[in-house]
Amino acid sequence: MSMNKLLLLGVEAIAQGAIDAGISGVYAYPGTPSTEIMEYVQASKQAAELGIHRQWSANEKTAMESAIGMSYAGKRALVCFKHVGLNVAADAFINATITGVNGGLVVLSADDPSMHSSQNEQDSRFYAKFAMIPVLEPSNQQEAYEMVNTAFELSERLNVPVMIRITTRLAHSRSGVGTKPTKAQNQLRLPSNPRQFVLLPGIARVNYKKLLNTQPLMSSLAEESEYNKMVKGKSKKMGIIAAGIAYNYLMENVNKDDNPYYILKLTHYPLPPKQVKELYDTCDKLLVLEDGYPIVEEMVKGFLNIGKPVHGRLDGTLPRDGELNPAIVAKALGMETYEGSPIPAIVRNRPPSLCVGCGHRDVYAALNEALEGYEKGRVFADIGCYTLGALPPFNAVNSCVDMGASITMAKGAADAGLVPAVAVIGDSTFTHSGMTGLLDAVNENSPITVIISDNSTAGMTGGQTSSAFGRIVEICKGLGVDPEHIHVTTPIKKNHEENVAILKKELAYQGVSVIIPQRECIQTFARRRKSERNA
Amino acid sequence: MKTDIILAGVGGQGILTIAAGIGLAAVSSKLYIKQAEVHGMSQRGGDVQSHLRISDQPISSDLIPLGKAHLILSVEPMESLRYLPFLSKDGWVVTNTIPFNNIPDYPETEDILKEIKKLPKHIALDADSIAKEVGSSRASNIVMLGAASPFIDIEFSKLEDGIRQLFGRKGDDIVEVNLKALRAGREFTEKNR
Repeated sequence: MSMNKLLLLGVEAIAQGAIDAGISGVYAYPGTPSTEIMEYVQASKQAAELGIHRQWSANEKTAMESAIGMSYAGKRALVCFKHVGLNVAADAFINATITGVNGGLVVLSADDPSMHSSQNEQDSRFYAKFAMIPVLEPSNQQEAYEMVNTAFELSERLNVPVMIRITTRLAHSRSGVGTKPTKAQNQLRLPSNPRQFVLLPGIARVNYKKLLNTQPLMSSLAEESEYNKMVKGKSKKMGIIAAGIAYNYLMENVNKDDNPYYILKLTHYPLPPKQVKELYDTCDKLLVLEDGYPIVEEMVKGFLNIGKPVHGRLDGTLPRDGELNPAIVAKALGMETYEGSPIPAIVRNRPPSLCVGCGHRDVYAALNEALEGYEKGRVFADIGCYTLGALPPFNAVNSCVDMGASITMAKGAADAGLVPAVAVIGDSTFTHSGMTGLLDAVNENSPITVIISDNSTAGMTGGQTSSAFGRIVEICKGLGVDPEHIHVTTPIKKNHEENVAILKKELAYQGVSVIIPQRECIQTFARRRKSERNA
Repeated sequence: MKTDIILAGVGGQGILTIAAGIGLAAVSSKLYIKQAEVHGMSQRGGDVQSHLRISDQPISSDLIPLGKAHLILSVEPMESLRYLPFLSKDGWVVTNTIPFNNIPDYPETEDILKEIKKLPKHIALDADSIAKEVGSSRASNIVMLGAASPFIDIEFSKLEDGIRQLFGRKGDDIVEVNLKALRAGREFTEKNR
């Protein structure tokens, strides 16, 4: 291993790859496992010197749209989020494939199979197929670094956004990465066709035809791609398509000098027709290894499932859900596996919990007491640390669905007659997509009590800037909440009785109230104190 | 040469510092390395683990296969038992004996230690006390790294260099305390294995 390699997480390799590919901006909203891409660029002196844009956006949709704007202006932009963030950005994302790009536009979507930190394990490759754009899916950190530049080149050549899809395992695994010289940024240059980005139906139809006509070129570029590699084996009994990181789990189990399988390492989509056909024609049966949904397996198998056998997640050769690992792949290959001794019965589960000293704890202690006179089942929470209020000792919340859903679900439940209904949302999630829901509630004066537990940060993802910047009260007033029913409180033990009283009063009010318990996240507080001491 | 290590602990205990120490030593020994870690929700007081693989040959999987780990290095006793399915037949468990109790049904420490003592190859030490003795209660993770070092196929001097690199920014005193902690941990294992 050469000395000039950097030891980087997959996400950090992508960030450095983007800087070296000559990006002018990165746009993102924090979400595990994608957060550290923006954080790396924010911490990079090189990025500062190059004047690369690197502020957090309010949500994934605004991030995606800003990146489209930068692409319109001729420069390279990277947009990053976790898989469910792509749902938020989907409107902009899908339409950006119709506008096409000017400067290169790369969309990084980080999937979380096994739901380590997520509500689902949706597979972003479906979005890319839906949008009809190429995907690069690195199998290791070096590829992650290099593929960013490839993605930008493809984007500018094909006139479409290009997706890079990673999973948690690659995102948060570290390895040595060799880097290349940094490219110059593109010059400001408007699209040669001034109507390219004007998606009036007449123009969109023309653009869409162009996108359709580009599909064969996308396929042939995938066939020629250095990232789609065929490895010949000693036997023709089984051909294996190993996508992205699944390739590593396969090779962990294969002796390179005595490999019995024909293997297609697939890391550049669309599926390369030539290689897939060659594998199918050569081998008696196929096995598809892919982390996430069985999208490749489904495509190769077809609805009618006629022809040679295709094995994978759909026929039970591999589990239908959850991330892959070397042992699962070994079993699929029919290999003997050794498992160490079982986990002793004495070992207890240790679920995550709110930090000792966290303000959300005081919020839930007060809320539980204030709700004592009411029947249970009326608290709608949101995405963030405070979702942990669902677990013991608080058992305080009844929902966690998607970013912003607390306020709107409370409103819907109140519309149905569940009064009072309570929403619990954090400051960052509120500015992400709680504000519009609050506007709905204000417009109908819905009898809901909204608790915006304001710790001045996006806590769960590690303390990123919250787009509220201390302006929650002003935002609520601006949206039309009656100032008499906006209360700022301090969630500490000493104020418990007072905070319970405020909650009780507002729970009884037949309209929109907003209670804003404000106390800095204990984690960011500790870090700030430490850096102030060291300064 | 190949060493596969499961690092175990509770979110917030700082197992990634140990990983960084080994990582720096591996890089300066020109070894290949892959290290998968846990970010996100579990870091809030949940059980966390890191798969650390070092080898003189390129490494395929970011995850250690079940039954293949040479070493489980745990900074918390109950957590040392959670990953036993990953341990190879002749693998070692090196663990701190001081519990991190943040759940209501945490077992009796004695019962956990009994379970650890059943393992054919284990080193169990009170790293917190050893860290205090060498001058910093915050160095217990580095004591643990030292205690595991005889089972990691990297020269000890490279691990010492790793500590110097890791703590260099914090001044000579901090470096010195952590080097002492590293050596004290190693000494414990050499006497007790």
